[in-house]
Amino acid sequence: MKAAVVVFPGSNREHDIVDAIERSSGQKAQLVWHSERDLPKVDLIVLPGGFSYGDYLRTGAIAAHSPIMSEVKKRAGQGVPVLGVCNGFQILCESGLLPGVLLTNASLKFICRNVGLKVEHSDSLFTRRYNAGDVLSVPVAHGMGNYFADPKTLDTLEGEGRVAFRYCTAEGEVNAEGNANGSARNIAGIFNAKKNVLGMMPHPENATDPKLGSISGKPLFDALAEALA
Amino acid sequence: MKAKVHVTLKNGVLDPQGKAIGHALDTLGFKGVGDVRQGKYIEIELAEKDRAKAEAAVKQMCEKLLANTVIENYTVELVG
Repeated sequence: MKAAVVVFPGSNREHDIVDAIERSSGQKAQLVWHSERDLPKVDLIVLPGGFSYGDYLRTGAIAAHSPIMSEVKKRAGQGVPVLGVCNGFQILCESGLLPGVLLTNASLKFICRNVGLKVEHSDSLFTRRYNAGDVLSVPVAHGMGNYFADPKTLDTLEGEGRVAFRYCTAEGEVNAEGNANGSARNIAGIFNAKKNVLGMMPHPENATDPKLGSISGKPLFDALAEALA
Repeated sequence: MKAKVHVTLKNGVLDPQGKAIGHALDTLGFKGVGDVRQGKYIEIELAEKDRAKAEAAVKQMCEKLLANTVIENYTVELVG
């Protein structure tokens, strides 16, 4: 699997993504600076976490208009899988590749801990190694992860099976107690209509080695490595 | 010409920062403070001399970058 990880000024999880990809595929992903206008021929594009452009204006808003993003949008349209994690998810929303927006956490606090995550759909390139209903433990590290969209958009996402993950308690209950940041309908990750774009706030790349405390995120990268080998 | 742009959260969109400001005002002893909403104010210098063209351009800037219309409204005022 050949992968490109886009680096924006202020990205900080790009090496974690590279490590996670290498653990699953044995291959080193290529880092691509945001000012490039072209991407190498790759099977997967990842937008990593961080604080691109210092979260100026709105999280992800400036990065969404970086030169490289025209090419990312083009490739996504051609069906190339795109994964956006944390700030990457925020950038995907601001770029219009995914609907909705990420607001300040309802608690106003920056949250940095493992959260419960329920797999909603296993029929995607990203989630095929999970079973629907699996409960994962994956870290989050964000101040603005509170997913918001109008009720019609939320209904569409649910109706089309495009909610990938929801926040839940350790026991797997999808309720207010398990909702880490106040997200609408506990949504933690969503697909685009063709399910080749996944955006999620939790960091699966930081749950890919027993030494990190959880390997809940590894099946996601294993699934990609297997499908895109 | 200068454009003054106000970007504010739409009604119904949770504004925890506005809430926190409201609580702080209350703590400071300011009574009778109702709902507080926080927004952004942006000034843009424009070379354009034609007001209609300038307004159209700034509206496009708002739609494309300055505001996220999923959650925000904007107003444009031209001065000079």
